[in-house]
Amino acid sequence: MTKVTLTVNGRAMSGECEDRTLLVHFIREKLGLTGTHVGCDTTQCGACVVHMDGHSVKSCSILAVQASGSTITTIEGLAGQGELHPVQAAFKEHHGLQCGFCTPGMVMTAVDLINREGGTLTEETVRAGLEGNICRCTGYHNIVKAILAADAEMATGRQAAE
Amino acid sequence: MGVEGIGARVTRKEDKRFLTGKGRYTDDMTVPGMKYAYFVRSPYGHAKIRNIDATAAKAMPGVIDVLDGKQLQADGIGNLICGWMIHSKDGTPMKMGAWHPLAVDTVRYVGDAIAIVVADSSGEARDAAEAVVIDYEQLPTVVEAVAALAPGAPQIHPEAPGNLIFDWQIGESDAVDKAIAAAAHVTEIEILNNRLSPNPMEPRATLGIYDTAEDHYTCYTTSQNPHVARLVMSAFYNVAPENKLRVIAPDVGGGFGSKIYIYPEEIICLWASKKTGVPVKWTSDRTEAFLTDAHGRDHVSKVKMAFDANNRITALKVDTIANLGAYMSLFSSAVPTYLYATLLSGQYAIPAIHANVRTVYTNTVPVDAYRGAGRPEATYLLERTMETAARELGVSPAELRRTNFIRTFPYQTPVIMNYDAGDYEASLNAAMQAADWNGFAARRTQSEAKGKKRGIGMSCYIEACGIAPSAAVGSLGAGVGLWESAEVRVNAVGTIEVLTGSHSHGQGHETTFAQLVAGRLGVPIESINIVHGDTDKVQMGMGTYGSRSGAVGMSAVVKALDKVEAKAKKIAAHLMEASEEDIVIENGELKVAGTDKSVPWFQVALASYTAHNLPSGMEPGLKETAFYDPSNFTFPAGCYIAEVEIDPDTGETDIVQFVAADDFGNIINPMIVEGQVHGGIAQGVGQALLENVQYDANGQLLTASYMDYAMPRADDLPSFTLSHQNTPCPSNPLGIKGCGEAGAIGSPPALINAITDAIGHNKLTMPATPMKVWQALQTAH
Repeated sequence: MTKVTLTVNGRAMSGECEDRTLLVHFIREKLGLTGTHVGCDTTQCGACVVHMDGHSVKSCSILAVQASGSTITTIEGLAGQGELHPVQAAFKEHHGLQCGFCTPGMVMTAVDLINREGGTLTEETVRAGLEGNICRCTGYHNIVKAILAADAEMATGRQAAE
Repeated sequence: MGVEGIGARVTRKEDKRFLTGKGRYTDDMTVPGMKYAYFVRSPYGHAKIRNIDATAAKAMPGVIDVLDGKQLQADGIGNLICGWMIHSKDGTPMKMGAWHPLAVDTVRYVGDAIAIVVADSSGEARDAAEAVVIDYEQLPTVVEAVAALAPGAPQIHPEAPGNLIFDWQIGESDAVDKAIAAAAHVTEIEILNNRLSPNPMEPRATLGIYDTAEDHYTCYTTSQNPHVARLVMSAFYNVAPENKLRVIAPDVGGGFGSKIYIYPEEIICLWASKKTGVPVKWTSDRTEAFLTDAHGRDHVSKVKMAFDANNRITALKVDTIANLGAYMSLFSSAVPTYLYATLLSGQYAIPAIHANVRTVYTNTVPVDAYRGAGRPEATYLLERTMETAARELGVSPAELRRTNFIRTFPYQTPVIMNYDAGDYEASLNAAMQAADWNGFAARRTQSEAKGKKRGIGMSCYIEACGIAPSAAVGSLGAGVGLWESAEVRVNAVGTIEVLTGSHSHGQGHETTFAQLVAGRLGVPIESINIVHGDTDKVQMGMGTYGSRSGAVGMSAVVKALDKVEAKAKKIAAHLMEASEEDIVIENGELKVAGTDKSVPWFQVALASYTAHNLPSGMEPGLKETAFYDPSNFTFPAGCYIAEVEIDPDTGETDIVQFVAADDFGNIINPMIVEGQVHGGIAQGVGQALLENVQYDANGQLLTASYMDYAMPRADDLPSFTLSHQNTPCPSNPLGIKGCGEAGAIGSPPALINAITDAIGHNKLTMPATPMKVWQALQTAH
């Protein structure tokens, strides 16, 4: 067993795990943050996406011990208690979720996509950016709409701030 | 239309928890002392088990026990059953082979469960499973349905000689043969409907908890119908009597049919919890899901459609072989029979129809209902045939369909169904207009100028939803009634809980069911909670599948609301000294019509519970229960048009537009209905272009991961153009037809009709992968 220490959603957290433990299982089982999901075992579905040191990663593709020392944001920590991040709000407004299982990974990917390419996103680049996230319910139609709407809103917010 | 009532585009009440990671799915559940299960599964498609040696596994770190099928059998746990009896045309009952939850002496597909390992961690359980030594004697395998019927094919169950489960028919064979002999034209076609894996994003999971003190079991499970699970586990599998078994289906991450069935794992984890004395949780990984979740489709059919000189259809003859896999799953027998052949009239007046269906065992995962369940198979067959006929007859596909549309209702088809309402031409016209069908020739010319092939195709589908009248399905062999129950519980302060036997696993019932109540009573939607998915809370229910939650589940809520309103009116009349007949309910108040007298809703609720001043003889409280049994199926219908552009160098198909025009009757929440159609179309695009379950000759599943099974991704799909037409359903109080499956039913034939239009011939099977399309283009040259 190895001790893993992480800053998760702004708080220092640590736990013991086997060397083979994946980050996603550490987050779910040792830290009790079950918003991050496991939808496959070949790093294809993206239900497990979290942000590590500010960038999206599939938390099934990294060992917990490799992540030790890093700063992690999960879906639970994306917005303040009881609040919604603009991307979360846009998913609700545009019905970008149905069963909710892929949703945390979708939202975390979308936030990263907007962080990287915000203000320049088009339907085509959003669809390309979601290549690593699978949704079986929505046909992606409303997810794409929600991300474009959130991007526009966040761009307006940035302009207002300037 | 109220702001929050029926017809309003209300955003979902359930979204916040899903968006903030607060959803509670089965694998999220932990209880004190909980241990983890891993299943030892057959690596062979067909083999005898000579010996199971778990000695080494039991000695491994963290292992609590390893249990096998002989122990399960010794404890009296029953075999899995198929709940719908079908008789062959010679009168003999279907030949159901024994399905032991844990294989006892023979394994029949790769993934067949043999033993369960329970250990402190999931990793230790998995390690120990690899140390269970099984001595197999391999047997020959067969995976294709047609091959399984051939003389000399490997025998899969002793109960079913020649692997034939049943040989069933519907309709008038003689009338059909005569019409074909007399026809001006006969279109013949062979149709393959490819095998699919449903793939809800949440893999199946279960947590079995045995309470020694109470001799009571709790089962958390990823189910679309927890009450049916409890009923079947109690009545047929001898897990526990119903009063000693609580089944909870919490948040469930999609189902699409695959979570209807009671699988071996739920039963085994409950039993293992009693055997080991610890709660036992099992969560499927994705490969296990491909290996064990019931698959869908897998039909091979031969079709003859006869026309008279005016291009009117005179007869349809269908011969289908359906692959049911290694065992008969819960509703497997109904899918290729009463959910399939009864829809073969489509939207057309066809005087004579005959269908023969043979179902067979193979060494593959059991096949059962997947989104649409029989109706996609019927629609694909019919709409590919119509398209082919139009090309052979030299008429436009729209004209051939218009010539044959059913135009008066009710309409009795030759294959049981009685269509109650519809306007097929309205959807066809709406779709053609939205797709600018008339402008296609110009767009094709533009594509050709770029060196691309362009095609357009349509599909006019009908389905039967709102399943189903209990007496009718009982007479056809169903083992259960298909009503729904509801309870409307008004609290003393006027807030409301609606308990429903329907189960939401993405459909948004917490919003739409609340809209119904908010609209009726004029109370805020926040004051209404929908309770579902727990057999200890909801008295009974048949669950969610076959687009039945609106038409059947909400109709039960309407009936319960009627009773609640009637009682509330009596109380209000008593409080205001008015006549009960004069009371109306509006905007959260009970008013005396034509006066300014009113009493707020909460005050009536409170009066019912204080019981200080109730009409003489009235029981206190405001809570009513209702069961609703539908009087007919409902018949959603519509027209889908796909337009594609193909790169002849690569065979890649680009869907340049996809138009859906649907008649779902009345709609509770257009936003949610559109979402259902989007998702259904995506699954239909998956079937048509991407998805295919592939076994090798030894029964090894070659497509058991997302690296090998092509799920539709965001960049495979376009945005969709939707519209709704409305002929309200006359058989239920809300006029709802159901919208959950239409997208998956209507889209595959529209796409394949479009692609075959582009390539110029019909030799193409699903999925139309770039390789297959490229090859088809070479034969065209």
